[in-house]
Amino acid sequence: MIIFASCIILFLIGLYAIVTKRNLIKIAIGFALIEYSVNLLFALIGFRRDALAPIITQLNVPHKFVDPIPQALVLTAIVIALGTTALMLTVILRIYNRYKTFDIAEIKKLRG
Amino acid sequence: MPFIPLFFALPLFTAFLIPILAKIYKPLVWILTILVSFILFIVALYGVAATHHIPMIVYKMGNWPPPLGIVMAYDSFSAFMSLIISIIVFTCSLFSVRFLNPYTGKWKFYTLFMLMTAGMMGMVITGDLFNMFVFLEIAAISSYALVAFGLEPEQLEGSFKYMVMGEIGGLTFLLAIAFIYAKTSTLNLADIASSLQMVRHTTFFWTALGIIIFAFSIKAALVPFHSWCPDAYPAAPAPISGLLAGICTKVFGIYTIARLVFNIFGLTRSSEPMFFDFLIGAGLLSIVFAGLTALNQKDYKRLLAYSSISQVGFIMLGFGIGNYYGVLGAIFYILAHSFAKALLFLTSGSVVNATGSRDIKKLAGLGERMPTTAWSFRIGALSVIGLPPLVGFFAKLFIILGAIKAGYLWLAIVTGGLSILSLAYLLKIENNVFMKKSKIKAKESPFTMRVSMVFLVILIVIVGIAFQQIIDTLIGPATQALLRGLEYSHLVFSYFSMNF
Repeated sequence: MIIFASCIILFLIGLYAIVTKRNLIKIAIGFALIEYSVNLLFALIGFRRDALAPIITQLNVPHKFVDPIPQALVLTAIVIALGTTALMLTVILRIYNRYKTFDIAEIKKLRG
Repeated sequence: MPFIPLFFALPLFTAFLIPILAKIYKPLVWILTILVSFILFIVALYGVAATHHIPMIVYKMGNWPPPLGIVMAYDSFSAFMSLIISIIVFTCSLFSVRFLNPYTGKWKFYTLFMLMTAGMMGMVITGDLFNMFVFLEIAAISSYALVAFGLEPEQLEGSFKYMVMGEIGGLTFLLAIAFIYAKTSTLNLADIASSLQMVRHTTFFWTALGIIIFAFSIKAALVPFHSWCPDAYPAAPAPISGLLAGICTKVFGIYTIARLVFNIFGLTRSSEPMFFDFLIGAGLLSIVFAGLTALNQKDYKRLLAYSSISQVGFIMLGFGIGNYYGVLGAIFYILAHSFAKALLFLTSGSVVNATGSRDIKKLAGLGERMPTTAWSFRIGALSVIGLPPLVGFFAKLFIILGAIKAGYLWLAIVTGGLSILSLAYLLKIENNVFMKKSKIKAKESPFTMRVSMVFLVILIVIVGIAFQQIIDTLIGPATQALLRGLEYSHLVFSYFSMNF
């Protein structure tokens, strides 16, 4: 149970970084943390103690297997996270080229 | 039924075809986009007709039986949403043909546009929770990119804010999927619906629901989480603002909340009145706060963005009332608001195209020089306010009727009264931009832009006049599909056993 709670704590740390940090790159890192935490949670949900990889052969039929679906989900989620992170870093780079700063407080064309 | 995969396969295929076609002959790109969105419209009409007699059409991806493979569950509510999406996509693609003239790399725009269509279409027809997340992210990532399409500092910033908020929503939804999967060991929506009934009234049930509501209120831009919306909408190119405000928030936020609350978690007004009161409260907060903030805005599109948040509140209010007329009104409001708000954002695009400015203090007297735009704006605004023959009136009427039937007379009065807020902020644009006298030189927009605006005006008027027929054929079945509640899962599985 503690190990599941640690995923949630990691999630909250990421959220904290996104909400409070003023550096754009640190916000992107916060997103990476959230993505890792959710992926880790998925991997833990599929985990079974003393279980094998879910490849059924004639030798291991009576054995326990780990749940393969969360692993498939994590793969998909990683690909999506890759897309998001790439796009986010591109936008951050463009913002940096315009303003020459990563500080969110100095980028304030859209206040009000 | 073989037509269901077309909804997302067609735009997805087109999205990947566009870069190749752009190398051959540039105008092919927009011709193909308009053609495909029109075909989608025909398919959606066929879908509406097909769901009229069969309550649920299930398509098995790769022919795997339901709990194992991904299924597409297509009922009347999906049919309704896909029809609205195809109409708005068609209009916005028509509008963007001339609007995009100053931009370079048009094929990138249309590729992202089609990806976004594919994502939204996929979301409304899917019967699988993780599949819904994937489609949500396809549509959301392309919309982040589209908001930043012009690469101006303002657009980059709007896109970044949208991305931060949107991704918090998306990843929180993923967390909720993890929780639900841990408990139910399934991702099929119908299967989840029946499994969740065993753990009903537990802490887990309400935690999962709470996380989902949090995630989708960000996507729907409900008030405490709306901060991305007034930055992203004004920054985006006008057809994209129209698409975002018109249909994206409805599909990302409202459709998902309605589907999950009614059909998957199986809540009804009579069993959980507290939860539905909470939805009413969230709706009222959005209406009042965003409506009051809209009164202070000086930017044409920013004002419309706040108006959009406020209108989404009405939809939540309708779902919160939760009886037949309330839900009917909410679904009608989705239709009314998509048409009207897409139209208003298109007029803003027309004004920006003609004058290059969005500041309503600097604009004046455009009513004489751009009559089509001005009259489109007036019809759209009147529909948002709720003038009788137009579609917005009937949407509001049914929400008020639902409130009275549910015994909330005060809510009915307040809902009617709050329309005055819409009147106030929309009159501000009308007064400053289209009335008065001035010497601004502006030409009426090109033909295709006017056609797309007039098309929406005609729809608003026709749907308003023929509201009885629209309710019978489109909105009534959609309401029944939602209020069917947990029967959703029985329908999905019975369809499977029937055709196996």
